[in-house]
Amino acid sequence: MSSNNDLLVDSPLGVYQKRRGVFPKIVSGNFRRFKWLVMAVTLAVYYLTPWIRWDRGPYAPDQAVLVDMAHRRFYFFQIEIWPHEFYYVAGMLVMAGIGLFLVTSAVGRAWCGYACPQTVWTDLFQHVDRLIDGDRNAQIRLHNAPWSPSKIARRLLKWAIWLVIAASTGGAWIFYFSDAPTLAGQLFSGTAAGVAYSTIFVLTVTTFIFGGFMREQVCIYMCPWPRIQTAMLDERSLIVTYKDWRGEPRSRGKKQVTDDGLPAGDCIDCNQCVQVCPTGIDIRDGAQIGCITCALCIDACDKMMEQVGRPRGLIDYCTIDDAEIEKKGGTAKPILETLRHPRTLIYLGIWTSIGAAMVFTLGQRTRLDLNVQHDRNPVYVALSDGSIRNNYTVKVRNMEGRPRDVTLRIEGLKGGVAWAGEAERDGATQTVTVPVAADSVLKVRLFVAAPAEGEERDDFTISAHAANEQEKGDTDEVVFERPSGEQ
Amino acid sequence: MSEKQRIDEATGTSTVGHEWDGIEELNTPLPRWWLLTFYACVIWGLAYTVMYPAWPMISSATAGMTGWSSRGDLAKEMKAETERRAPILAAISAKPVEQIPGDEKLYATAVEGGRAAFKVHCVQCHGSGAAGSKGYPNLNDDDWIWGGDMATIHQTITHGIRAPEHAETRMSQMPAFGGMFKPAELSSVVAYVQSLSGSRPADAVSAAGAPLFAANCVQCHGPDGKGVRAMGGPNLTDKIWLYGGDEAAIRQTITKSRYGVMPNWNQKLDATTIKMLAAYVHSLGGGEAAAKAGVAAAAAVPAATPAAEAPASNVK
Repeated sequence: MSSNNDLLVDSPLGVYQKRRGVFPKIVSGNFRRFKWLVMAVTLAVYYLTPWIRWDRGPYAPDQAVLVDMAHRRFYFFQIEIWPHEFYYVAGMLVMAGIGLFLVTSAVGRAWCGYACPQTVWTDLFQHVDRLIDGDRNAQIRLHNAPWSPSKIARRLLKWAIWLVIAASTGGAWIFYFSDAPTLAGQLFSGTAAGVAYSTIFVLTVTTFIFGGFMREQVCIYMCPWPRIQTAMLDERSLIVTYKDWRGEPRSRGKKQVTDDGLPAGDCIDCNQCVQVCPTGIDIRDGAQIGCITCALCIDACDKMMEQVGRPRGLIDYCTIDDAEIEKKGGTAKPILETLRHPRTLIYLGIWTSIGAAMVFTLGQRTRLDLNVQHDRNPVYVALSDGSIRNNYTVKVRNMEGRPRDVTLRIEGLKGGVAWAGEAERDGATQTVTVPVAADSVLKVRLFVAAPAEGEERDDFTISAHAANEQEKGDTDEVVFERPSGEQ
Repeated sequence: MSEKQRIDEATGTSTVGHEWDGIEELNTPLPRWWLLTFYACVIWGLAYTVMYPAWPMISSATAGMTGWSSRGDLAKEMKAETERRAPILAAISAKPVEQIPGDEKLYATAVEGGRAAFKVHCVQCHGSGAAGSKGYPNLNDDDWIWGGDMATIHQTITHGIRAPEHAETRMSQMPAFGGMFKPAELSSVVAYVQSLSGSRPADAVSAAGAPLFAANCVQCHGPDGKGVRAMGGPNLTDKIWLYGGDEAAIRQTITKSRYGVMPNWNQKLDATTIKMLAAYVHSLGGGEAAAKAGVAAAAAVPAATPAAEAPASNVK
C-alpha cells in the first residue's frame, strides 16, 4: 500500500496531498519585530476591547463596544446604532472589504502576512511549539521520534497550552455580546446562558484545530482570499520577491566556484528562507499562493547576506515592474511612486468617500424618530356631533439615553384636534405631549377628529419634537379620510 | 482474483482484479472517513428509532424510550405560557374593573387580552374593527346607549342586552307604535325626531310631532330627546343612528320597533376575559371616564388620564 501512496503523491492525477509538517525556525529582524508588534496590538485589541467602560448614563450599558443582541442595540463608544440603522454596520463591512482591496492594491498581501487572525494565532501557536519542543531541528527530531513517555508528556503539555489559548480566544469573543464583568462572573459560576458556553466550545475547537493542526492549510486550501488576491495583484503590487537575476546560479561554496571560473549568484543556497517560512514554501520558486508575504524570509536572507558580506535584499518586497527594471540594471522606483497607482487611488477614493458619507450621516442623524400608521379598520369613525375621527398608531423612537417628553403636533388639518390614549376629546388641541422612556419606542394611539366637511382624503402632517429642545424632530405625512358621498 | 491485481501505470492506483475483454476497474474505495461517517449515521439512525417515535404501527407509532412527542412539547409550551400569564390575569381579576384604566401597564395588557377575545367572540356582530353595522353598534364612536365607562361596558358584556332567559340582562323595549299613531301623526313624529338631530329643518309638520313625542317617547328618550341611558333609550339628537337616520328607517323603527339582542357572556366567558373585553372596547376611542357617566363608584376612580400619561406599551 505504501508504494501506492508514494505513487499517488507524485502522480499528477492525485487529488489530495498529504500535509508535510512545517517547522519554521525562529528568526530575528525588522519584519519579525513588526510581526511581534502587530500580534501584540491585535491580540490586545481583541482581548481588552470588551472590558473598556464608557459612561452613557443610567439608562444604557456602560460597555464601550457592545453588540446587544437581546435589546437590538450596537454600542460603539459614543455611537449607538439601532436595528433600523443597520446600514452603518453594512457600510463598515463594505469599508472593511474595500479596505482589504486597498491594502492589497498598495502593499500586496499584508493582511495575510500580519493581521489575519489565522496568521496571528498560528504564529502564537508556533511560538508555543518552540517553547515546549525547542526550535526547528528539535521539533523535527521530536516529530520523527517514536512515541515515548517524554514525547507524550511534551505533546500533552503543548496541547494543554494550545487549549488554554483556544479557550481564552473563544471565551473573549462572547464578552462583545454581553456586559463583560457580569458575564465573566456568570461564566465561572456556571450560570451564563447556554449559548455562551456553546459559542466558547465551538470557537475553542476551531481555534485549537486551525491554530494547532491546520495552520497554513487554512491559507492554502480553505481561504478564498488568496484566490481573490491573485486577481487583485498586478505588476505594481508589492510581493515578496526572490531576485533570481541576482541570486542565480546558486552556489554553496562560492569561493570554490568562482575559483573554477564558473558564474555564481548571491544565493548561497543556505535554505534559511525555506526554514523560517511559516507556510513551508520556497520563495525562490517565485510568487505563489502559499506565500502570505509575512517577510520572515527577508529577515532570514538579510542576515545571511550580512554574514557573507553581500548587500541585503536578495529576497525583498518588490513589484514585478521593478523586478523587470532591476533585471535590466536600473534602480527600482521609490516606494511612494509605487503607491501612486491609479487602482490604489481609486480604492482609496471609494473607501474614504464611504467613510466620509458615514461620518456625515452619523453627524446629521436625529435621535428622535416618528412612525405613523393610519388605522385601517375602521378607516374613520363618525362621531355623535357629526364630525369624523381617524385613529393613528404612532410610534415615537427616543434614541437617546434619557427619558424625554415628546410633543406630537398635527398641522394642515382644518378644525382638527388630536388626543391620545385615555384622554378625551374635550379640551383637545393640535398638540399632544407624551413621555418617552430612555432609549425606547413608545407606541401610542392618536385620535384625530375634524369636521365632516372637507376632502375625502385630506393630507396633513404629524410631527414629533422633543419638548423644550432644539433638536430637529421628525415629520410624517399622513391622510385623514372621510366617508365618501352621501352616507 | 488477487493474483490479477496490479498497479495501473497511468494513475498509480491498484486495480480490483476483474478484467472483461481487456477492460479493468480501478480500486478506488470510498474514503475511510466517509465510511465511518456513514456507519455512525446508521447507528445514530437506529438509536433514534428506539429513542423517539418512529415505527408506524396500526393505530399509532412506537412511542420511543424518551417519551418525547411533539404534542407533549406543545403541552409543555402551553403550560409555560399559562403559568407566565397567571399572575397578570390574577392582577386583572383582583382589580375592580373601573380601576383598571388607572394602572397603565395593567390596562395595556388587558386591552391586548381583550383584543384577542374580541376577535373570537365579538367580531361576528360588531365586525373585526368593532365598527359595527346596521343594528350592531359601532364601538369606536362616542355614542353609547347604555353608557361607555368601564363599569357600564363591563355590565353590558356580562349580562348582555335583551339576552333571553337571563334575569339580569339589560332590558328595554320600545313599543311598536304602528297601530297607535294615525298616518299623519306618525309622519309628524318622524319629522320631529329628524329635526332633533338637525337632519330636517323644524317646520309645521315636525312641530305637530312635538306633543306626540312628549306624550309617548320622553320616558325613555328624555324630554329633549337626548336619551336616558339607565333606560337604554338612545340619544336622538346626535348624528349616529343604529338602524339608520333617514325618514324610512325612522318610520320603520317607530312603527315596528327594534329588538337587538346581545348574549350575556358571563355564562360563556370567565370574569377576567370579560374585564379584558371591557378594557378593549373602552380603549377604542369612545371610552368614557366613570365620573362623566355619574356612577357612584366614580370617587374611587382617578379622573381621565391626561394625554401626557397616555397608556402605551414601551417597547425596548
